[in-house]
Amino acid sequence: MSETSLTKEPEDASHATEDLVVLDSVNKHFGALHVLQDINLTIKRGEVVVVIGPSGSGKSTLCRSINRLETIDAGTITIDGDPLPSEGRELARLRADVGMVFQSFNLFAHKTVLENVMLGPIKVRKEDKAEVETRARALLDRVGVGNQADKYPAQLSGGQQQRVAIARALAMQPKVMLFDEPTSALDPEMINEVLEVMQQLAAEGMTMVVVTHEMGFARSAANRVVFMADGRIVEEADPHQFFDNPRSDRAKDFLSKILAH
Amino acid sequence: MFEFLDLERYDLFGAFWVTVQLTFYSALGSLIWGTVLAAMRVSPVPIMRAFGTAYVHLFRNTPLTLIILACSQGLYFTLQFDMGTGGDPEPLGFRLAVLGFVAYTATFVCEALRSGINTVPVGQAEAARALGLNFSQVLRLIVLPQAFRSVVAPLANVLIALTKNTTIASAIGVAEAAALMKVMIENEAQLLPIAAIFAFGFIVLVLPMGLFLGWLSKRVAVKR
Repeated sequence: MSETSLTKEPEDASHATEDLVVLDSVNKHFGALHVLQDINLTIKRGEVVVVIGPSGSGKSTLCRSINRLETIDAGTITIDGDPLPSEGRELARLRADVGMVFQSFNLFAHKTVLENVMLGPIKVRKEDKAEVETRARALLDRVGVGNQADKYPAQLSGGQQQRVAIARALAMQPKVMLFDEPTSALDPEMINEVLEVMQQLAAEGMTMVVVTHEMGFARSAANRVVFMADGRIVEEADPHQFFDNPRSDRAKDFLSKILAH
Repeated sequence: MFEFLDLERYDLFGAFWVTVQLTFYSALGSLIWGTVLAAMRVSPVPIMRAFGTAYVHLFRNTPLTLIILACSQGLYFTLQFDMGTGGDPEPLGFRLAVLGFVAYTATFVCEALRSGINTVPVGQAEAARALGLNFSQVLRLIVLPQAFRSVVAPLANVLIALTKNTTIASAIGVAEAAALMKVMIENEAQLLPIAAIFAFGFIVLVLPMGLFLGWLSKRVAVKR
């Protein structure tokens, strides 16, 4: 493992507040469906928050609203003290600080793996190409796909593509990483290789918001589990407490269904 | 049968060369203007979308002959817009014709490209936005390159149609193939052989285009 720095050190201590992502009474509707209802959630620097819940509970929408891939109807979202801008250059700059990993990988299909990882730093941050390439190759080595750098995404397995997607997000040296069901589109035998990369990232102190159905990951890597149902945060707890001793009936019901067999 | 074909008297190759040039410049212009129109039609700015939509509907639904005549009669004779030629009829007619072809053909390029944009999965643009790319970067670096690759075949159709449409330039006196054909029919009264010569000339121009672009469309297709 190379020693590429993944987490951005806070430049000055005065600016570095503990709360990195703050959602305050966030509401969103899809037509008649009230998909996010009064969401209040604070994510501290270095914290790993796993969001779980049944399908349609709004957890993906919550994750996507943090970098405004979904707009919200009411409430505020602040990232590192700055409120989320609505449009334009400010929004693009903020998104550059928020890494995102999608369920369907979304690697740029017409670019090679290496180009995928290098694109953001070169085009958004205007960094030096040679430096970016060195960093990109180190990142690809880290996630275990260094030897695939010159291939196109379609030539890689799902697990490899998702690891490239993680490297692509990390190349921007983000303050926080969002994972929107990163293993849900993967064949079972590829899930672990992705989870291992995420585990390692969590252990290094990256701030992460992970929407997932992987309860094992939630148990071992999360600092906190957020359980959502019907657009609301029903329960927030330490993972051991949540899995061993859920308080709400909704969570008990959910856990009984997924852990029964 | 073809003894009337006196190449000293009738500059057949010269006429087809003008056709080739008309096609080349019009294709280049349409590709650029059509791409700009497509960008307008998918842009987040309402006034740009409205302009793009209005333009496409207006020009796509107007007969090409009318557009070419309007360029000549309206732009030059009425508005005295000589396109930097100083009124010299030969380059003037050519440039006015190219302008008309670009104005018209760009609408078809735009619509082909827009259907290509629809083939690019929405996740591609989302991933690009999530990296912090702005709208124009998302379009230029991610969406359009993939859209173009998926519409090479429909753009080949547009190019083939354009090549044949250039015959309309004869309406404003551009000395391309169809203009020469009219002269030859007038002088020689050999309708079928003359028509056959010009039909063959267009096949020679268009067939390789279709074959090449068909091959290219397979080659550049994005694998998903």
